[in-house]
Amino acid sequence: MAERRPLATISARSMPRPKHGIGPADSGGNEFRGSFRLRGMASLIVYYAHPGHKFSHVNQHMARAAGAIDGITFVDLYRDYPRFDIDVNVEQKRLLEHDVVLFQFPLFWYSTPSIIKEWEDLVLEHGFAYGSSGDKLAGKQMMLAVTGAGPAEAYTHDGFQQYPLRTFLTPLEQTARLCGMHFSAPYVLYESLRAPAAGLVEPHVGGYRQLLEAIRDDRYDFDAANRMDVVHFDGLPIGTGS
Amino acid sequence: MDEFLLLAFLFLVAGVIAVPIASQLGLGSVLGYLIAGIAISPLLQQLHVDVVSVQHFAEFGVVMMLFLVGLELEPRMLWSMRDRLLGLGGLQVAVTAAAITGIAMLLGQPWSIALAVGLVLSLSSTAIVLQTLNEKGLMKSDGGQSSFSVLLFQDIAVIPMLAFIPLLAMPELVDVAATAAHNGGVSDHASLSLVDRLNGWQRALVTAGAIGLVVVGGSYLTRPVFRFIAMARLRELFTAFALLLIIGIALLMIVVGLSPALGTFLAGVVLANSEYRHELESDIDPFKGLLLGLFFITVGAAIRFDLLVENLAGVVAMTLGLIGLKAAVLYALSRAFGIGGAHRWLFTLGLAQAGEFGFVLLSFTVANTVIPVALADQLLLVVTLSMLLTPLLFLMYDKMFAPRFVATQNREADAIDEKGGVIVAGHGRFGGIVNRILLSAGFKTVVLDYQSEHLERLRAFGIRVYFGDAMRPDLLHAAGIEEAKMLVIAIDERESATELVRYVTENHPHVYIVVRAMDRHHVYELWNAGARDIIRETFDSSLRAGRSALQALGVHPYDAERQVKGFVLNDREQMLELASVYDPDIPAHENVEYVEKTKKFLERYEQTMQGNSAAFGSRLDRGWVPPSLDDPETEPATEAAQQKEHRGQ
Repeated sequence: MAERRPLATISARSMPRPKHGIGPADSGGNEFRGSFRLRGMASLIVYYAHPGHKFSHVNQHMARAAGAIDGITFVDLYRDYPRFDIDVNVEQKRLLEHDVVLFQFPLFWYSTPSIIKEWEDLVLEHGFAYGSSGDKLAGKQMMLAVTGAGPAEAYTHDGFQQYPLRTFLTPLEQTARLCGMHFSAPYVLYESLRAPAAGLVEPHVGGYRQLLEAIRDDRYDFDAANRMDVVHFDGLPIGTGS
Repeated sequence: MDEFLLLAFLFLVAGVIAVPIASQLGLGSVLGYLIAGIAISPLLQQLHVDVVSVQHFAEFGVVMMLFLVGLELEPRMLWSMRDRLLGLGGLQVAVTAAAITGIAMLLGQPWSIALAVGLVLSLSSTAIVLQTLNEKGLMKSDGGQSSFSVLLFQDIAVIPMLAFIPLLAMPELVDVAATAAHNGGVSDHASLSLVDRLNGWQRALVTAGAIGLVVVGGSYLTRPVFRFIAMARLRELFTAFALLLIIGIALLMIVVGLSPALGTFLAGVVLANSEYRHELESDIDPFKGLLLGLFFITVGAAIRFDLLVENLAGVVAMTLGLIGLKAAVLYALSRAFGIGGAHRWLFTLGLAQAGEFGFVLLSFTVANTVIPVALADQLLLVVTLSMLLTPLLFLMYDKMFAPRFVATQNREADAIDEKGGVIVAGHGRFGGIVNRILLSAGFKTVVLDYQSEHLERLRAFGIRVYFGDAMRPDLLHAAGIEEAKMLVIAIDERESATELVRYVTENHPHVYIVVRAMDRHHVYELWNAGARDIIRETFDSSLRAGRSALQALGVHPYDAERQVKGFVLNDREQMLELASVYDPDIPAHENVEYVEKTKKFLERYEQTMQGNSAAFGSRLDRGWVPPSLDDPETEPATEAAQQKEHRGQ
């Protein structure tokens, strides 16, 4: 666990380091990625993944909001790894330094965009994340922020999607459990394609910002959240802080 | 001069006609040459050609062949062969000679003649056997290696035999010697020899010195000399030097009374690790081939049919008896030495003839009054006939024995296969990286480059590089193009690269070619020449630069990546279409189809530039564009979903 630093300390965390000049790496030549993090009470890392970023109706706005929040780490996986060459060491170090790991992504074919799967396959190593000596992630929180194109009613046994949304997320839930992490109820927006017309983008993005800030400030009530199936922008389980 | 040309013409015509026919019939080149020799022998008689002296000249091919064999054999391998060389080879000579001596004595010959005959006939034909083994690709097999061990021992054994045979001289024959001496080629040796007048230990010293000179000179002198020659950048100088090297060593050996074949073989072994190995190999190979061919022709031409007809039954019986006896000894030895399967038969049948050293020794025995002329003439016929039958014995092996053991043979051949890897032509900035990647992945590569300075530096790093111009088919052959899986062409001259592609795709279609292109037009040329894996040398770095530029302008890295990927797909497609209509014989601007296609692409390109990126934009973004809301199927509202369920029932 990383040491807690005063709230005001700004640490430039641009990892992997920008690659200047020559080098064997074909990691996109000169990449300037940077995210600035202000250490809070609970350290939070947001992994954002959307391959069609610029066509997104909701996620790109959520991502921009998340990236602007001080004191959390925001990672755009497709930006850091446009050629999927995920740096396992960097990612494991990132995990060690944070208490809450949140994946933000649109639901593609009842699952994550492919880069998250690649990330899991590589980063959650035996001996690190699981296995008899793999306890590095134990006790941390895993959370998801997902958008789905179908309406809420579709995700029922009588609905078009046949299963509740949580059922589709069970692979991630069980991944968290195997790593000794707590899996918290996901922050969800249904009917994301209709959200702009329905005026839902703004409240959902606003709720997302509140949610992330609450986690950062330890005001998010994980216990209350655990009694819920999914979390929406109205009715966020946010307390007054501890 | 005219006579020489006429003679050369005759030999060449005979060879050029007979050998392809023999090969076509599956008889192998050796039999082809022999038949060619038989065919022209009446003509040669008419012209009063001294076939035997031509034969002595052609025997130098054997010397060259042993040099080449040595080049293929690293000292380490030779050392690991020592048991077979001494054990198998020694026993073969001893047992065969003893058996023949015994039989000759039973037939009523005095012991001295019997022993001389035994020694002469115990030898096999290095020329025929090695040539045939190489031709059939059996040289590296267990049977091939065992055969080679025996042949090498025999070649070495000739020297003590030459020293020993005069001791068997029969006083009654001395009168005949005077007349016989002039047709013995061996007298040349004596005239040159330095060591005749020396006593035993001096002789030993000189011998050791000569061998030391070959080993040390081969190890330390050839490299600077080659570097010196490379400065002239003249191809024929290498050939000249290679010939000089072999002839020089042969002379040295003759002077000190050793076998020239042994000396050049030793030099070959010393140079087997050198980066000039393939260059030497390809320089000497054509000479060796021609001289051996000439040698076989003279063997065929030297058959004295008048004598044969006179004593047909006797000669044939002796020949068959000899082959049978030698085969029996070889078979027994192969059992004792654990040579199994098809290899045992290759060994047994391959070495069952008498050899060209038999000719040398026979004239030597006559000259030294050991064997009467009449008997020697008959034995000469036996030796020749047995050599003539050897290709048939190999044929018998091919048809009767090899098929029975096909499975085991294939497996063993793979295990000792040292070629079959990747040939990298050009080890500069481009080829060097390809080679390093291949090596790091555990593949075996043979690198060809013709910059001498370059090579020695690389050698120091333990990279297997060989000096030579990859453009030369003979060098490609020496580098193992027949067995190679792949050829990487990374040479700087664009025309040469194209030509090389054309040559290899035509002559070795099994070889996969990866080739560097200088620019688009070079791509078309290479495509036209038959290459299908063409890498433009600056294309990938340009793409990365483009991608970097996009990112620096604020484009999301993943979008930049996909943009560039789309560009590549599009570019490749255009390239392929243009390559298919490109014709190197028509200038691009006169090629109507080519011009039309280019125009079309330019139009599309302009549209893309103006932002109508339907050209490759649509393909680029496919999969990430959200479904349209107008389509009820894409996003089922509750009603649509219910309808769907109804339909389903």
